[in-house]
Amino acid sequence: MNKTPNNKAWWLVLPVFLLVAFSALIPLMTVVNYSVQDIFDQNTAYFVGIEWYQEILQDERLRESLFRQFGFSFAVLAIEIPLGIFVALTMPKQGWQASVSLILLALPLLIPWNVVGTIWQVFARGDIGLFGWGLNSLGVDYNYTANSVDAWLTVLLMDVWHWTSLVALLCYSGLRAIPEAYYQAAQIDRASSWSIFRYIQMPKLKGVLVIAVLLRFMDSFMIYTEPFVLTGGGPGSSTTFLSQTLAQMAIGQFDLGPAAAFSLIYFLIVLLLSWLFFTTITHMDKDKS
Amino acid sequence: MLNWMAWTQPTALFFGAIALILISMTVWEIKRPCVERKGFIPITTTRGDRLFIGLLSSAFIHLIAIATTEVSLYWVLGACIVWLISLLRFG
Amino acid sequence: MSIIREKGSKRKALGLIAYMVFVLLPIYWLLNMSFKTNEEILSGLTLWPNDFTFDNYITIFTDASWYMGYVNSMTYVAMNMVITLLVALPAAYAFSRYKFVGDKHLFFWLLSNRMAPPAVFLLPFFQLYSSVGLFDTHLAVALAHCLFSIPLAVWILEGFMSGVPREIDETAYIDGYSFSRFFITIFIPMIRSGIGVTAFFSFMFSWVELLLARTLTSVEAKPISAIMTRTVGATGIDWGVLAAAGVLTIIPGVLVIWFVRNHVAKGFALGRV
Repeated sequence: MNKTPNNKAWWLVLPVFLLVAFSALIPLMTVVNYSVQDIFDQNTAYFVGIEWYQEILQDERLRESLFRQFGFSFAVLAIEIPLGIFVALTMPKQGWQASVSLILLALPLLIPWNVVGTIWQVFARGDIGLFGWGLNSLGVDYNYTANSVDAWLTVLLMDVWHWTSLVALLCYSGLRAIPEAYYQAAQIDRASSWSIFRYIQMPKLKGVLVIAVLLRFMDSFMIYTEPFVLTGGGPGSSTTFLSQTLAQMAIGQFDLGPAAAFSLIYFLIVLLLSWLFFTTITHMDKDKS
Repeated sequence: MLNWMAWTQPTALFFGAIALILISMTVWEIKRPCVERKGFIPITTTRGDRLFIGLLSSAFIHLIAIATTEVSLYWVLGACIVWLISLLRFG
Repeated sequence: MSIIREKGSKRKALGLIAYMVFVLLPIYWLLNMSFKTNEEILSGLTLWPNDFTFDNYITIFTDASWYMGYVNSMTYVAMNMVITLLVALPAAYAFSRYKFVGDKHLFFWLLSNRMAPPAVFLLPFFQLYSSVGLFDTHLAVALAHCLFSIPLAVWILEGFMSGVPREIDETAYIDGYSFSRFFITIFIPMIRSGIGVTAFFSFMFSWVELLLARTLTSVEAKPISAIMTRTVGATGIDWGVLAAAGVLTIIPGVLVIWFVRNHVAKGFALGRV
């Protein structure tokens, strides 16, 4: 669509700009200020230059939590994207079944994150939870509070439970936009269901899938509440992801300087990733038109 | 009221410089709207895009320098300014 | 052909049902637990409450420190929705209709805020809102959540608005409508479903978020999700009440989704399909 050049449109954007600037720019500047100082209280602070950055960048614990974070985010994508496409393909197109499955699918998305953690905390326990008890009685040695592999898998399963719906709903809306005539044409050509998927459904899904990957990657990259409630980051630090490490530093130990330096590095990584995704999306839009 | 933000001279200079760059880029854009073009970066970009790419990559260059070397940051800063200008000009 | 299709659709339905069972099972378990007494929960596994009780719910509804948590959460969620819609509507219109200096960069900057981890902003938020005297108010949480809900709202609304042909705007201006009159009486009714979906997403984000809401409040505006951590008492965790509180937090979401169920599919694609 052709847009008319008009710089007066800035007036329409101004409220959003001011509001977001207030909540985003001031805190961001503060973080930068903190990151170069050693702060004891309101009035005593020493300029330390890049000391905190050196400390953070050479900190083993943070590196581990960064690698753990990437591993987790990629695992989340590898499971949720195919599963979401599969669920979307199996969903009924109309009638009451469609409404019911939409509502059921959206259900996990609307549960407060800490409650999601609580649900799985209870559900996966060996003594009072159906899932943990079921696994144990099948002879599987499963205990997410003691075994770090179990804990990791539980957090992953919880995230799949929580967020696959988002991918499925996105893909479902992509599939709904395919005109029925395409399918009829494919039927006349006796196309196999694989080639229908490959040549009719997949191209239409590409746009929504990029959005799905973007949202899922970014949200899993900042995951905090669910593992915090479920495992508290343990056992050991096997399920401590980036946000939790940061929150521990900032609120737990009140190490303002290092926490700020860490925040900035974290923010820069996120900024780079979202820029990559955003550029991909806009270039795809351009190719379309 | 601004006490809690803990301003220091270097950070104030840093944000001042960023603000100055943004303002002058805006004025430049209004005076002479730029056309998208393709330089050595594999995608078509506008001036603003190249500025953003330059700033973001400079931040990462600084971080990598801090993480792996002992070089004085002034050298890194100088290198980044050269990189930024060449990116704006040829990118 | 139709025979092959039917066979395929049966297998499809089975796959879908299996997934739905996976979705519902943990929720069922929570619901099941909320109707049990603590003795029954701890004494062993029962698939159905033997000793069906509403006690856990009664505890919540009679204790002000519990039910005020729901009121607080509702208050800031509602404020967030109103603020988000008020500022995002004109901005989305500008993005969908006009080209202006720095539009793409502004859009990306907005979006990058949606992607930023709340943990990054935690500390300065706390200090910022304390210094302007907003700490422990509903407005503070609402404003903090706006940082994340506004970018998404602008993105969704822009998608919906781009679907409305420009000719409608132009005709209205030729007919002598002022901008505000056109926007309120003609344009907004045309993108009703988009607004519904946007409100749904703002609700969704604000309702489920815990980290910021917990950090920015202490007593007056404490959200339910923070109060739930209270169930860890001297005698261990009060599982029954915890489960009941959890079930009660699911209900508003179900109600909201019921209202937007017909538009939600489009909304999830951010109006972009």
